[in-house]
Amino acid sequence: MGAPSSGSRTMMASMTSQASARRASVRAAGPQRAALRVRAVATTAKKDVAPSATGKSAITPEAAKDVYYDMVLGREFEEMCAQMYYRGKMFGFVHLYSGQEAVSSGVIRLLRPDDHVCSTYRDHVHALSKGVPAREIMAELFGKATGCCRGQGGSMHIFSAKHGVLGGYAFIGEGIPVGVGAAFKSAYRRQVLGEESSDSVTVSFFGDGTCNVGQFYESLNMAALYKLPHIFVVENNKWAIGMNHPRATARTLGDEDPFIYKKGPAFGMPGVLVDGMDVLKVREVAQEAIARARRGDGPTLIEAETYRFRGHSLADPDELRSKEEKAKYAARDPIPQLKEYMLKSGLATEAEIKEIHDKVTAEVEDSVKFADESPKPDMSQLLENVFADPRGFGIAPDGRYRYEMPGFTTGTAQVS
Amino acid sequence: MLQAIASRALPGLLGGALGRAGLQQAARAYAVTAGHAGEMTVRDALNSALDEELARDPSVYILGEEVGEYQGAYKITRGLLQKYGSDRVRDTPITEAGFTGIAVGSAFAGLRPVCEFMTFNFSLQAIDQIINSAAKTLYMSAGAINCPIVFRGPNGAAAGVGAQHSQCFAAWFSSVPGLKVVSPYDAEDARGLLKAAIRDNDPVMFLENEILYGQSFPISEQVLDKDFVLPIGKAKVMRPGKSITITAHSKMVGFSLQAADKLAAEGIDCEVINLRSLKPLDRDTIAASVRKTHYLATAHPLTPPPKTPTPDSTPQNPNP
Repeated sequence: MGAPSSGSRTMMASMTSQASARRASVRAAGPQRAALRVRAVATTAKKDVAPSATGKSAITPEAAKDVYYDMVLGREFEEMCAQMYYRGKMFGFVHLYSGQEAVSSGVIRLLRPDDHVCSTYRDHVHALSKGVPAREIMAELFGKATGCCRGQGGSMHIFSAKHGVLGGYAFIGEGIPVGVGAAFKSAYRRQVLGEESSDSVTVSFFGDGTCNVGQFYESLNMAALYKLPHIFVVENNKWAIGMNHPRATARTLGDEDPFIYKKGPAFGMPGVLVDGMDVLKVREVAQEAIARARRGDGPTLIEAETYRFRGHSLADPDELRSKEEKAKYAARDPIPQLKEYMLKSGLATEAEIKEIHDKVTAEVEDSVKFADESPKPDMSQLLENVFADPRGFGIAPDGRYRYEMPGFTTGTAQVS
Repeated sequence: MLQAIASRALPGLLGGALGRAGLQQAARAYAVTAGHAGEMTVRDALNSALDEELARDPSVYILGEEVGEYQGAYKITRGLLQKYGSDRVRDTPITEAGFTGIAVGSAFAGLRPVCEFMTFNFSLQAIDQIINSAAKTLYMSAGAINCPIVFRGPNGAAAGVGAQHSQCFAAWFSSVPGLKVVSPYDAEDARGLLKAAIRDNDPVMFLENEILYGQSFPISEQVLDKDFVLPIGKAKVMRPGKSITITAHSKMVGFSLQAADKLAAEGIDCEVINLRSLKPLDRDTIAASVRKTHYLATAHPLTPPPKTPTPDSTPQNPNP
């Protein structure tokens, strides 16, 4: 189908002879990391992709700074959410992503505006990475009318048609077939409607707990069967609320651990395990998967080993995870890792990094100010957006359409 | 949402004042009022009921997400894993269709599972097993295979938890032949109805409410008895009155009682009926009340109220 298109907003990564030196420096930067595994289980994908013999493609300064900005934004935004929640500005369920930024930034910053992303309730940072303005998300979390969903979605339901964010689902596993469906559209436009240039991809993000939901397996099968341009990204943070991964999932045969990536080949696609605390490794694996999808070679299952620093939600007492485990992963924090790498390899200076942090702080504070000052939704919104066509509410006894009745605009009309 | 349906019941239909009073007496017999044993939260009521039923019958077991080590997503099963072990209080993976199916199958085979849904919204992931397996199998097997299962969990709206966490499924489940549907309000309801549900030989949808879990209610000595069981299919008159009947279930009972207090100041004497059981619905108690008051209002957490009659909205003419 021709040369793989880069399709990413960042510049194409180029291999240099200094790649191995860089890799060595990265290894040194994170002494406490567990053994890193980047493995493509099926080999067909590797044939058409430039061999990454050193295990890490080089990254340009611009791309590195973009990814760093994105991770810092994700972290600062989530930490601000915690503050706002405890101050009562935000309520209901809030599930924070702190610690997992490498996965979101590593994958989503490679996507195009016409690509789609689908997530679970831990969706703030996926939306941020995809380009939804921080203001709109914060306002949505505050339940204000200026939120990306007019205050009607909330923390767990961030949608943006403009930025290709398909949600935001409270039911884990629900988003996966939805994402596969968007990939279906992309393939349909190419195969049925003959649009050669239709090669947009969709990425679904979900956790280890989701991998026991039936919809996951149904989606794996259909994505492989129809060769859909979809990427399944498992953010394996070892915990599903209070269920440790090995307690919920059986071990793959012959293994000590319940590996999720090994389920890919069983369903007809490559499965890859990657260190989800290292954004550059995630990025490399994602590049390969995206290129594969755009070529029309079908889906990939990526299992990213990561960790959430906070509890399942802000209401979770988080009593079951050990201090040792938390400390172990805190030492692998993706943001300091990348920062050290950038400084060591000359991708950024201290001043530039500080500038990034300052910009992020300003952006997050602005988003809070915006959300604070925004109005709450009007009562009239209660009956809006229920049907795309408001005539769906039917005809009132007096013969007019219900949406034409006076009470409708105040959200208090009798509508059934 | 309150919807007032004016209804003029024919007086003396059941043979005069004595007949009506007799009905009222029968209806109120299910209100437990004798003696106070202090207060109990709904959470503790549910927890103690589960504890006692697990102790009473070894075929009773609990399964669901986070019911064990996490002590329950809403702490309803707190302490039960420690007391009864992981064989009888089982943490499941996140796989509603799967574990509901397993629970239903085990009930067919003779166990008495208590299957928790973290909220009833998640029951949608298992709806096939609930409706097509649990509800219909007794009929399809001509009475040979019954399903003594209880599905329990929070139902309806909580505080700002979004569209996918806020639906009330009372009417949905009530429309399925083969399912019993109960919805407790206070601690007494919670204990009595949960015990009744667990001892019942049919599938029971036990619709709790998250907001009520932490609320404390006065209870009597009788309620604390290990065998305190409330009959499924009987409503309770919470507050007798003469001007209008208000029927409600779960959280709306509390709102109805508050409304009754406010209206009393205006000289309107409300009779508040706690339905307790939605399927089967206690039409006799409602009918007797409306015959007395001639006015009926239904307090239901649906917005807006549906036009088609549900088990919650009593028909305009309560006389059969």
